[in-house]
Amino acid sequence: MTLPWIPLLTFLGVFVPALAIRGGRTVCALATAVAPAIALGLVLFFYLGHDGEEVMRTSLQWLPTLGLELAFRLDGLSLLFLLLILGIGLLIILYTRYYLSEQDSMSRFYAFLMLFMTSMVGIVMSDNLLLLWGFWELTSISSFLLISFWSHETTARKGARMAMTVTGAGGLALLAGIMLIGKVTGTYDISTVLESHDLITASPLYPAIVVLVLLGAFTKSAQFPFHFWLPHAMAAPTPVSAYLHSATMVKAGIFLMLRLHPALSGTELWTVIVTLTGLVTLVYGAWFAFLKTDLKGILAFSTISHLGLITSLLGLGNSQALIAALFHIINHALFKASLFMAAGIVDHETGTRDVRKLGGLYRLMPITTALTCIATISMAGVPPLNGFISKEMFFTEALASQQFGGLAWIVPLLAGLGGLLSVAYSLRLAYATFFRRPRQESPKTPHEPPWPMRFPIELLVVLCIIVGLVPTLPQSPILEDAVRVTMSGEMPEFHLALWHGINPALLLSMAVIAGGIVLHLLHRHMMRFNRQFRPQDARYIFEAFVQRLVGLCQRLTDRLENGSLQRYMFLLMAVSVLAMALGLADLDKLTGNLGQQTLDPIVALGAALLIMGGVLTAVLHRYRLISLLMLSVVGLVVSLTFARFSAPDLALTQLSVEVVTMILLMLALFFLPQKTPKESGGARIVRDVLIATGFGGAVASLNFAVLTRDLDSISEFFIRQSVPGGGGHNVVNVILVDFRGFDTLGEITVLAIAGLAIFKLLNRLRLFMPATDMEGRLWSDDRHPTLLMVVSQTLLPLALLVSFFIFLRGHNQPGGGFIAGLITAVALILLYMSRGVEWAQQRLDFQFQPIAIAGVALSTFTGLCSWLFGYPFLTSTFDHFHLPLIGDIELASALIFDGGIYLAVVGATLMILANLGKLTTAHRPNKDIP
Amino acid sequence: MEALYAITTGILTASGVYLTLRGRTFPVVVGLTLLSYAVNLFLFSMGGLTTHGAALVGTNENYADPLPQALVLTAIVIGFAMTAFAIILAMRSRGDLGSDSVDGSRTDREDPRENKA
Repeated sequence: MTLPWIPLLTFLGVFVPALAIRGGRTVCALATAVAPAIALGLVLFFYLGHDGEEVMRTSLQWLPTLGLELAFRLDGLSLLFLLLILGIGLLIILYTRYYLSEQDSMSRFYAFLMLFMTSMVGIVMSDNLLLLWGFWELTSISSFLLISFWSHETTARKGARMAMTVTGAGGLALLAGIMLIGKVTGTYDISTVLESHDLITASPLYPAIVVLVLLGAFTKSAQFPFHFWLPHAMAAPTPVSAYLHSATMVKAGIFLMLRLHPALSGTELWTVIVTLTGLVTLVYGAWFAFLKTDLKGILAFSTISHLGLITSLLGLGNSQALIAALFHIINHALFKASLFMAAGIVDHETGTRDVRKLGGLYRLMPITTALTCIATISMAGVPPLNGFISKEMFFTEALASQQFGGLAWIVPLLAGLGGLLSVAYSLRLAYATFFRRPRQESPKTPHEPPWPMRFPIELLVVLCIIVGLVPTLPQSPILEDAVRVTMSGEMPEFHLALWHGINPALLLSMAVIAGGIVLHLLHRHMMRFNRQFRPQDARYIFEAFVQRLVGLCQRLTDRLENGSLQRYMFLLMAVSVLAMALGLADLDKLTGNLGQQTLDPIVALGAALLIMGGVLTAVLHRYRLISLLMLSVVGLVVSLTFARFSAPDLALTQLSVEVVTMILLMLALFFLPQKTPKESGGARIVRDVLIATGFGGAVASLNFAVLTRDLDSISEFFIRQSVPGGGGHNVVNVILVDFRGFDTLGEITVLAIAGLAIFKLLNRLRLFMPATDMEGRLWSDDRHPTLLMVVSQTLLPLALLVSFFIFLRGHNQPGGGFIAGLITAVALILLYMSRGVEWAQQRLDFQFQPIAIAGVALSTFTGLCSWLFGYPFLTSTFDHFHLPLIGDIELASALIFDGGIYLAVVGATLMILANLGKLTTAHRPNKDIP
Repeated sequence: MEALYAITTGILTASGVYLTLRGRTFPVVVGLTLLSYAVNLFLFSMGGLTTHGAALVGTNENYADPLPQALVLTAIVIGFAMTAFAIILAMRSRGDLGSDSVDGSRTDREDPRENKA
């Protein structure tokens, strides 16, 4: 259970710098180093405390349904990487203390650095593929933050964005690959996946898996042709380059290939892709490293080249090659981190990183010169340093390679070429920086840096020498365990040594070193040769590509989203028709097993009315008033339909809503043009009729298919529980206020919100009000017909009484809060219409908004009350009691809830209509026209 | 009867869809209202078509399915709120843009009475 402490510790370290910075910069650096130091101690403690053959694992459930577990493991491979991440990380923390200037926010830098360290630790310790991917993306994000640390510089921002885009896109590919692995193996558990080699390689998805996973690895590890982000990431502060771009982040891709090696490797596809990509990257990176003039640029391309070397070894895939790869990972981290830090010192001391301006530093900075030279010799692969041993192993494997049949010589050729070039650029790096006579005065006089800043380099260089001279001593047990993990158990024999006797690899090494020296001497000619080519800046290509992509998306969006609502509606409807049609086509047959009921003449008449009303509404839509009248026919017959098919509550609701809707639409039509101009051409009309017919046909088929099939409804429960559970005989109402009360609460909230939105929309709306109707006739000047006034005023108390009655009986008979509210609203609106808004407002001088809100609040409050009694939200309770004259009354808490519904409906409806009606008062044309 | 019911629902839907594809706001709102009638009828029929079976406990032998009814009841009220909101939005867009085109771009002066105002 203690394994998660390692990433957790580094994560806690993220917050330390912000607190410790108050104690000063040194305290901040020391405090930041505490967490990784403890984590490193833990790693060693765990590892030494148990047998190397077994894998330590621990897992916590996180999202079991997704297969995501908080699972960590510690094995040889994790250990090797953890030592690099935490060990070099500590050195970087020390180095950064002296590297950052006073103006840079140290706490921010350390926080980002620790976040990055956490994500790297997470990657190498994850025992779940999804978890690994999460940490993988976290490295992209945190490296973005680190690269763009000097965010005032354009190059830093652009470089960070490029790194983020490329590695992020690779991360998405990796996710796809991981999900395919999950699909094939049925698990994301790494330990299980590693044992499923045969299952995965036999799957038809295998090529897709390999390509996607490798895309993730290659983008992260800067393999050709995805390498271009790495040189631009050099805009980062040097500690970042030393940490991310030598030892850790770019090795994440390598780590991924190693981690999944037992599961994915061993096929032709894997070997060809990985080996060739690695070899091409090796030569390509080395060639450009030779040509670069920026110190960090040389190191960046050299890193690309060495990553290519490791990748090609992973492609060759036999055990000796894996050992060489793992060994080279360690060696490369040692010499490259120290070289980056040395480059940072040179930059820091001289003010430039351009090797054309540098030179002669060996007099001024002898110790730094010596350290850098040793690291450079190691990079070049010259004995007796560690770089030589792993490169010698690489040559051995390249010469022994049996890949590519008759073209097998291509592997040693490219390997040799890469080696030759790396000798040449190493020489150039050391010579141009330290020994050549300076061509111009450097901006400031350099001197040796403070000792603690040099210490990390010293330590790493000493390690380079030790590993070179006594290769068996420190790394064998670690390497052994790591190789065992990547080879899935079987342990090859291996022996690391400086001297293997005179063999082809040694001869190749000697030839390469000689060739590299010659090439270095020819450097000027090479530069002249290179000048013939037009320089290609990856940044411009990348930016142009991004802009083209954005342009393409923009064009696509413009085509789909041209601002025309009509177009969207068409697309929406067309896609819906298609979706419905696909579903319907899946049915065996349209008619189900249920017989139809016999048709009676009244139903037939109703249907005829509905069809006529509906079709005429559409056909006559240009004559808006007539179209609206047809719509009202439909609404009324719909309410009769509900009554016919045993839904009295629905019939009542539909009837009252119909009245309110028609009044509303009539009022609105008063302010809108009375006719629709003829706009649609024939083709458009045909298209729309086809879509509409298709839609209608699909809905009719679906409806028929459902109606002729048996249904298994959950309503039995509601009918059985209505009286004992809800205390009401009207099941529909009990469902509304009790069983599904939460839904109803949502609905009245929406209603109140719609009312409020309309209230706002009508605010200060100025609209033209025609003085005449469509045919040019003046409106009647009898604004308040006496008969209507008398009737509506007489009806009001009656209507209120009826609505009260309907409200009370709602729980047992058709009725309830919705219907009662609508009836009250209709009665009041009638009053408004007959007496005018001004008259009505004088008598009803209160706002309707608070009523609607009070209704929602009352319903919510009723629900909350049940909490007071320890029941879940909206639990209802009821009791019967007897009232004289009215009879047996059941007082259920649902009644109060229903009261809330009533208030919300009345408030919202009147808020909508009364406010709309108010528009007519201000400039009523009849006032001007007698 | 079921076939006729389904056909009616289908035709109402078709009329509603046709109207929602028009280019002026008022027909679109009318179309939405018509469409919501059709949808309500459709949803209502998901419990089957029952005659003389109001879901009042103790009054009948064979009850109609109360669940679609409850859902449709709230749908009617919400449909009203939606219609109201859409039509007021249409008025607002005409007030602010001077046009009742759904795309809000074309200005229209086709109403001769308006020119005088």
